[in-house]
Amino acid sequence: MTDDILDGWETVIGLEVHAELATNTKLFSSARNVFGGEPNTNIDPVSLGLPGSLPVLNKKAVELAIRVGLALNCRVQRSVFARKNYFYPDMPKAYQISQFDLPINEGGWLELPDGRQIGIERAHLEEDTGKSSHVGGGGRIHEADYSLVDYNRAGVPLIEIVGAPDLRSADDAREYVSELRSILVAIGASDGKMEEGSMRVDCNVSVRPHGNQEFGTRCEVKNINSLRSLGRAIEYEARRQVDIITSGQKVEQQTRHWDEADGRTHTLRSKEEAFDYRYFSEPDLVPLDPSLEWIAEIQESQPPLPRQRRIDLAKAAEIEPTDAALIVQKDLDEFALSVIKKGADASRVLVHLANNLADGVGHLTVDAFATLIHLETNGDLSATQAKTVLADLVDKGGDPTQIAADHGFEAMDTSELDALIESIINENPDDWTAFVQGDAEERKKKSGFFVGQVMKVTKGQADGKVVNGILLRRAEN
Amino acid sequence: MNAREIPTAIRNGETTAKEVLETYLEAIHNREEEIHAFNLVLEEEARNEAERIDTLTAEGENLGPLTGIPVAIKDNICTQGVPTTCSSKILDGWRPPYDATIIGRLREAGAVIVGKTNLDEFAMGASTENSAFGPTRNPLDTTRVPGGSSGGSAAAVAAGFAPLAIGSDTGGSIRQPAALCGVVGVKPTYGRVSRYGLVAFASSLDQIGPFAETVADAALLLEVISGHDPLDTTSIPEPPLDLSTALTQGVEGLRIGVIDELSGGAIEGISDDVLECLEDAVQALTSAGAIVERTSVPSTVYGLSAYYVIAPAEASSNLARYDGVRFGPRVDAKTTSEMMVATRTAGFGDEVKRRIMLGTYALSAGYYDAYYGKSQKVRTLIMNDFANAYKKYDLLLSPTAPTTAFPLGDKTEDPLQMYLQDICTISSNLAGHPAMSVPFGKGTDGLPVGIQVLASAMDEHTMFRAGAVLEASNQGKS
Amino acid sequence: MNERISRDDVAHVARLACLSLTNDELDSFTSQLADILEHAADLDALELEEIEPTAHPLPLANVLRDDEPGAVADREKFLASAPQVENNQFKVPPALGDPA
Ligand SMILES: [Mg+2]
Ligand SMILES: [Zn+2]
Repeated sequence: MTDDILDGWETVIGLEVHAELATNTKLFSSARNVFGGEPNTNIDPVSLGLPGSLPVLNKKAVELAIRVGLALNCRVQRSVFARKNYFYPDMPKAYQISQFDLPINEGGWLELPDGRQIGIERAHLEEDTGKSSHVGGGGRIHEADYSLVDYNRAGVPLIEIVGAPDLRSADDAREYVSELRSILVAIGASDGKMEEGSMRVDCNVSVRPHGNQEFGTRCEVKNINSLRSLGRAIEYEARRQVDIITSGQKVEQQTRHWDEADGRTHTLRSKEEAFDYRYFSEPDLVPLDPSLEWIAEIQESQPPLPRQRRIDLAKAAEIEPTDAALIVQKDLDEFALSVIKKGADASRVLVHLANNLADGVGHLTVDAFATLIHLETNGDLSATQAKTVLADLVDKGGDPTQIAADHGFEAMDTSELDALIESIINENPDDWTAFVQGDAEERKKKSGFFVGQVMKVTKGQADGKVVNGILLRRAEN
Repeated sequence: MNAREIPTAIRNGETTAKEVLETYLEAIHNREEEIHAFNLVLEEEARNEAERIDTLTAEGENLGPLTGIPVAIKDNICTQGVPTTCSSKILDGWRPPYDATIIGRLREAGAVIVGKTNLDEFAMGASTENSAFGPTRNPLDTTRVPGGSSGGSAAAVAAGFAPLAIGSDTGGSIRQPAALCGVVGVKPTYGRVSRYGLVAFASSLDQIGPFAETVADAALLLEVISGHDPLDTTSIPEPPLDLSTALTQGVEGLRIGVIDELSGGAIEGISDDVLECLEDAVQALTSAGAIVERTSVPSTVYGLSAYYVIAPAEASSNLARYDGVRFGPRVDAKTTSEMMVATRTAGFGDEVKRRIMLGTYALSAGYYDAYYGKSQKVRTLIMNDFANAYKKYDLLLSPTAPTTAFPLGDKTEDPLQMYLQDICTISSNLAGHPAMSVPFGKGTDGLPVGIQVLASAMDEHTMFRAGAVLEASNQGKS
Repeated sequence: MNERISRDDVAHVARLACLSLTNDELDSFTSQLADILEHAADLDALELEEIEPTAHPLPLANVLRDDEPGAVADREKFLASAPQVENNQFKVPPALGDPA
């Protein structure tokens, strides 16, 4: 788009991601941490903030938080819990136990698949809130007749990961979030499911003219529930701000709410109305000061991270790490490496894994997959046939050769194919001359013609690559 | 009969838990209307429990060190299914769905819970006049206050309604009423007794402790309720106290420092008769072989100011949960936030509102450093001063309260005057150290005076040695 | 020495604390809070620059709990003390605005 309003402007984005940690119990009590379930079944005096109840910190949540910190190259340090005070029915004690001036993880970075490093300011532990649903008024908060509160989620452990304002586009932001999600899933810290709310993104957006070093006034956008709405919200917000500035006004520092239905952001509150949270250190808890031994132990048991996995796969497959991203994201890299190790053609392995395994490997084994790839590269199966066999292997498993036979994918004898090609050449002498004498482009065009003719006679059962090989051999002789 | 004689007498068949209970219930019937020590007397439940204890004892079961002893519980400690009000309208009708840790320990030890005692709303006060259910009167002179905030528990023991009672102490709320009612009151080391189920006032200062007629009985109750609780992060990982040898050990050779600032020094307002009793106490301890001298703990002078920032700050946050959403009464309104305001405004009394406001202010943007931050530094100074003092002395000594029990209504109009009641007791809470009040002598008005014995963290043992000696000497005199 | 707390400050603090005060209450609270804060001004005499703050008297750190679920809650027990309940949830008037 050439007449885009954003031309000449740079969008500056910093994300705050909240991820629910994959523990069995809540951050400060032994009530269960499970998604969904009947309302108010995973509660106890602590989750409800009943008078007299007291928090006790979950060791597993701390371990996972340290895991996240290490994966994001942060300093893991002595930390203190603090109370963040505000009234809201979701918030049982009218304060959230969080970390303020001394977070458990500080100062790290995350590397995007293209190698850019995005700063991580901190990653701290805090508890989740309950969940309100608004009844009447079409479920819209402002028109509701009343609200119902379920405290199953109250007290679920969260890690809040605050990124530096190092992102420059909606695409950047999406890549950052998916990389972060891959990391969290890889280390077992979170299931990373945005649609279930176990990963939530708040996003700080500002704009500035290209080349400017100074940051513009930022707005924080909340209520983003998917990667898609993240991109939409950023683009909308950037345009809104540029619009304000180019019409001679000033952007006001605000907290805004993304409305998925109308595709806009709406004011929640201005800087002046901002909450005064009255943070102070939580007197019901004591400091958290993980020993160096514990941190080292966690580091040693850390599984390989997506970045390393991309490098490993790229090396084995002789491709660029960026091209390995999709396979790693699908968590199929280990499988790919095993198949490649069996001598299967890396490029065919990756093509199938990237395109033909939408629902995972199912019953497909490493051995069967390797055999299938061999059949394909030997010319015993065409690409289309291989895909069909692969689908069966995923579904029910079995022997690829047998499955191919059951489908009637008998590999053609090359001499048979050679004879067929000879007769087609004899029937189309002009085309053959053009193929033999033509330049690269002409040759490509004519090879397409001959392959098409062979496919017509064989009803698509021949392998295009094998046909091409025969044509070339004949042309050169 | 002293509390500690009751279990033996029951086991020996000299009496029954039922009989013991009836004696105390009779005292309650006779005078409770006048005193108002209780928010709730659990007559029926107590009778059932006493019967159960008698049946089990008859079957030869040993129920533990409190077998058949009636115990009164301050009404800010959660009792499952039994109303727990904190003497506030905002908890009117609330029945906790769980027991405080100490309630479980008391039951396991064979205690019989006789009722929930009155207090200043949410333990904020020094006279038990700030109760939504009316004041408690001092059993020794019903025109006077019993002190507070655990005034109901102190009065219950002083009036013979129960031989033992539980209180909580955030700035002197056990020791000051103990002094004013002429009973023994102990604030243990912070973390010695689980706070799980104690409705929080100021979490870094609150501590549960015993009231009793005697030092030995106080020790008995403290032994039962002390010890590590995994449900309270701030509970010290130590086994329950064993104070048995402390009671007879004496004070021979102990070095005791009298805090000059609180004993006629820098801080004004300690009455002469109280100071005379302190002198007598010094004599008594000296005669028993202790080396007693005056010493300075300079920062105690600033304790009150720091306390009246820190305690309200924590309280403002602890009391935010009373919002009409999950429990307790609600004043309905058009929106949730209007409902919260209406509920809180109707539910809290003036003193609670005052402290919530004070604490909110001290934590709010722009004032944090000037008030809360500064007070935390003063807390450091106080801890340092105590640490220095305990390099030289095993124990410290001071009056518990500036005066004997004062008339009802005397200080209700001037919050600051009421706050000054805690001047001698507050520093122990800020430092987390144990302290106890032991009756010693009488004022010119004939009302009891309490002497405060302070010890370093975890040293309840030495503290009880001095407490026992003071008690013996006081009884010898009268 | 800090400026004396004003009536506006008290009104602001009441809003933060979710309390509503009558005009008379605003006046009396303002003067009472001012007295108490003035008493706290004695702390201004102290040299505190080099002093570390103490938030808590306990020297403990790292008090942790194993990640083991407790007994499943009896929901009725908790809903029983709620002011209003519908569909096993806590019912409140419409919650305008948005949380943090
Ligand atoms: Mg945030
Ligand atoms: Zn957060």
